[in-house]
Amino acid sequence: MKLRTVLTLAAIAIPITLISLWMGQQAYSWMPPQASAESKLIDDLFSFLVILGTFIFLGVGGTIIYSIIFYRAGKYDFSDGPPIEGNVTLEVVWTIIPVFLVIWIAGYSYHVYSQMAIREPMEIVHLHNPMEMESAYAAPEKNLDTQENVTKGAPESAVVLPPEEIEVHSRQWVWEFRYPEQNVTSTELHLPVDRRVRLALQTEDVLHGFYIPAFRLKQDIIPNRTIDFEFTPIRIGKYRLEDSQFSGTYFAVMQADVLVESPDDYKQWLAQAANREPSAAYNQAASEYSRFSDKAIKPGWPTIVPAPAPLVNQPGATSLKTYSQ
Amino acid sequence: MTNIPIESIPVLGKNPLPPAWRKYFSFSTDHKVIGVQYLVTSFVFFLIGGLLSMVMRAELITPESDLVDRSLYNSMFTMHGTIMIFLWIFPSLLGLANFLVPLMIGARDMAFPRLNAVAFWMVPVFGILLMSSFFLPSGASQSGWWAYPPVSLQNPSGDLINGQVMWLLAVAISGVASIMGAVNFVTTIFKMRAPGMTFFRMPIFVWTVLSAQLIQLVGLPALTAGAVMLLLDLTLGTSFFNPEKGGNPLLYQHFFWFYSHPAVYVMVLPIFGVFSEILPVYARKPLFGYRVVAISSITISVVSLLVWVHHMFASGTPGWMRMFFMATTMCVAVPTGVKIFAWTATIWRGKLRMDTPMLFALGAILMFLFAGITGVMLGSVPFDIHVNNTYFVVGHFHYIVYGTITMGMFAALYHWFPKITGRMYYEGLGKLHFWLAFIGTNLNFFPMHPAGLMGMPRRVSSYDPEYAFWNVLASLGGFLLGMSTLPFILNMVSSWVQGKKAPANPWRAIGLEWLVSSPPPVENFEEIPVVIAEPYGYGKSEPLVSNAAAMTQEA
Ligand code: HEM
Ligand SMILES: [Cu+2]
Repeated sequence: MKLRTVLTLAAIAIPITLISLWMGQQAYSWMPPQASAESKLIDDLFSFLVILGTFIFLGVGGTIIYSIIFYRAGKYDFSDGPPIEGNVTLEVVWTIIPVFLVIWIAGYSYHVYSQMAIREPMEIVHLHNPMEMESAYAAPEKNLDTQENVTKGAPESAVVLPPEEIEVHSRQWVWEFRYPEQNVTSTELHLPVDRRVRLALQTEDVLHGFYIPAFRLKQDIIPNRTIDFEFTPIRIGKYRLEDSQFSGTYFAVMQADVLVESPDDYKQWLAQAANREPSAAYNQAASEYSRFSDKAIKPGWPTIVPAPAPLVNQPGATSLKTYSQ
Repeated sequence: MTNIPIESIPVLGKNPLPPAWRKYFSFSTDHKVIGVQYLVTSFVFFLIGGLLSMVMRAELITPESDLVDRSLYNSMFTMHGTIMIFLWIFPSLLGLANFLVPLMIGARDMAFPRLNAVAFWMVPVFGILLMSSFFLPSGASQSGWWAYPPVSLQNPSGDLINGQVMWLLAVAISGVASIMGAVNFVTTIFKMRAPGMTFFRMPIFVWTVLSAQLIQLVGLPALTAGAVMLLLDLTLGTSFFNPEKGGNPLLYQHFFWFYSHPAVYVMVLPIFGVFSEILPVYARKPLFGYRVVAISSITISVVSLLVWVHHMFASGTPGWMRMFFMATTMCVAVPTGVKIFAWTATIWRGKLRMDTPMLFALGAILMFLFAGITGVMLGSVPFDIHVNNTYFVVGHFHYIVYGTITMGMFAALYHWFPKITGRMYYEGLGKLHFWLAFIGTNLNFFPMHPAGLMGMPRRVSSYDPEYAFWNVLASLGGFLLGMSTLPFILNMVSSWVQGKKAPANPWRAIGLEWLVSSPPPVENFEEIPVVIAEPYGYGKSEPLVSNAAAMTQEA
């Protein structure tokens, strides 16, 4: 009897485990391309969460479905089930297992977070704890947790150069980027590949959110503060920057192109842009505001007037993929 | 004063008269009448909030912003969220609790019947206040149900009476009404229990209402204070949260989430109670681990007061704080998981009868399982930094608010319909409703997860074309979900009017409410019951009370 139970449980657990592992592999394909060093760490974590989640969902959900199918009362069967009111061993086990699982998840997440070292806002307290260590890429020291070099995923060059510093200015509803060394301004975010980038995030009006899905990174931008934000792009290509914190009427169009370029292309672009006369950038919010609303249903409510189109060296393409026409 | 004769008629004749519909429109102090008033009022708002969501899903079925003006879209998601939380989930749960708690603990009414009625009548007042802001020249509030400053302070119209002011007033009034309700429920449960109804003989529904209302007492003052400070900033130009004047907008986020995270448990705990009541009845088995389930409700309330910053992981939150609140968030998953295991064990080897209430309850538990798993994922800081403020979060909490809470509410409405109205509902229509709602919910809210993983932000009225596929599916699911309410309405109305008369206990359920007639007489019990057993004695054939005959005796 005992052996039979063990065998049955194993016969169930093995396929569920296999399916869960398979789902964990699939999880990578649900994400955008891995364009930053951080995205690799996060995708591994997500894959792990999907494995655990699938296992639990199939285990518990399967038990429920099994009961629904096999423990039906017959049409004229009005008897009661066995009056089982509890089972201390079982209850202890199913309390300890989740405790163990969430400790595992929290520990792994903590580890990933310290490896990312994205320099989150930290004005409130200045404790000296692992969370506030120097960026792993800027200064290739040892990771405090693992005592190993934390440049996992980032090539050697990333740790050699100092981080590239770029200012991010957000206002309703446009992004503007400034490269202080060359005094270049742009409405496209150009980034060098394989090099640590340090952004200084600022807003001139309300909260905004700096979010590039391909980098898996996000940080709200808070008025009257400059928030440092660090990461390492690792894949050449074109991505989207989205405003992730609701910012009013034209929130949905507050987007920008992100171009990750080889170091040479990046330098060349900076040099060219520095020589260009500033011109007015295309501004989706302003153009929608000035245009007579052509929507089917329009109440004509007043709205905040969009900030004027910024004058920049690199006005960018009129690159919104969706227009509201 | 016209209500006096109407109320007193059933008292005079000992036999309850057939429900006079007029009493439901009067200032009644009968907890059962107030319960129905809450339920019907909140359902009307559920339909209004649902209509708004249909328009939103119609806008989102294409990537372009082509149906409604952007400002109108923004006010729609603001109002949709506000209505669904403050005018559907909260009041419908209060309606259920009003009807059931006095019956379940063997009381003749709530501790403060007048306060109870006043608290109810504030609901239509602030509901109408909120809705009327659509007709202001400045339009309804457009800052989302969080109303984060500085956006909520911007007031482009310059009017003193604007949508945001109306919104804040409505939320503040709702807060006051809820505090009144909470005082009433906590007092009732502590003081009005029948002899023999010890804490560990209370049905789990009562335990969960108690846990939820204790949270309200602790948390609501914070929300109401936050709302009032924001109102002062907006109207009098104070500078609590206004960064232009040196205020701190992050402080508002703390005020808001200190209440609004626990609020999600205020909403879900009574539904946990509903599951715990329904499963034993339709599985013919005692609730597994009754005491542990009871204690885990209280544990959840306490822990839920300590996790609010998980809504601010990507905000201006320092790293140590992110890590601390990740740890507390993980803790809250444990008592929640224990409950799911207990429900599973309750139906294991039972004698299941898949009537409509059971279908809804089990469907809701399956969807809650899914939502709990995505919830733990969201609690993991590095992953949340990716999906925070994307559709992944919207998917997570709709599996809760629709898949779990609203479906659980339907389970409760079907289960107690015979008790509330004295009529049976139509089983076929009930099952049709379940299948439409179950498929609709999954089709509507599952696709939001992949859209969010790809990076689609929430609260947008236009989006990049790569998200279109999942949005089309979600919109179709949304329309199906809208359709699913039709058989429900048809069922409720026609059954109430002409359904088969219900016996006192159509489900062979154990519980004080099932010992009295359907619907129960005014003041519920002829003689206060004397409780002698735990609440879920299925399969044990032991009596629940020692004076069954006397308590329902009719002259
Ligand atoms: C297993 C337990 C759960 C965990 C660990 C959990 C975790 C989370 C986290 C971390 C968020 C924030 C995500 C973000 O905004 O980035 C969230 C959002 C939310 N959760 Fe859960 N959750 C759980 C269960 C629940 C339950 C039981 C409810 C409802 C009763 C609920 C309702 C919500 C709501 C309404 C939001 C979104 C609020 C908003 O952003 O507008 N969750 N959850
Ligand atoms: Cu929360």
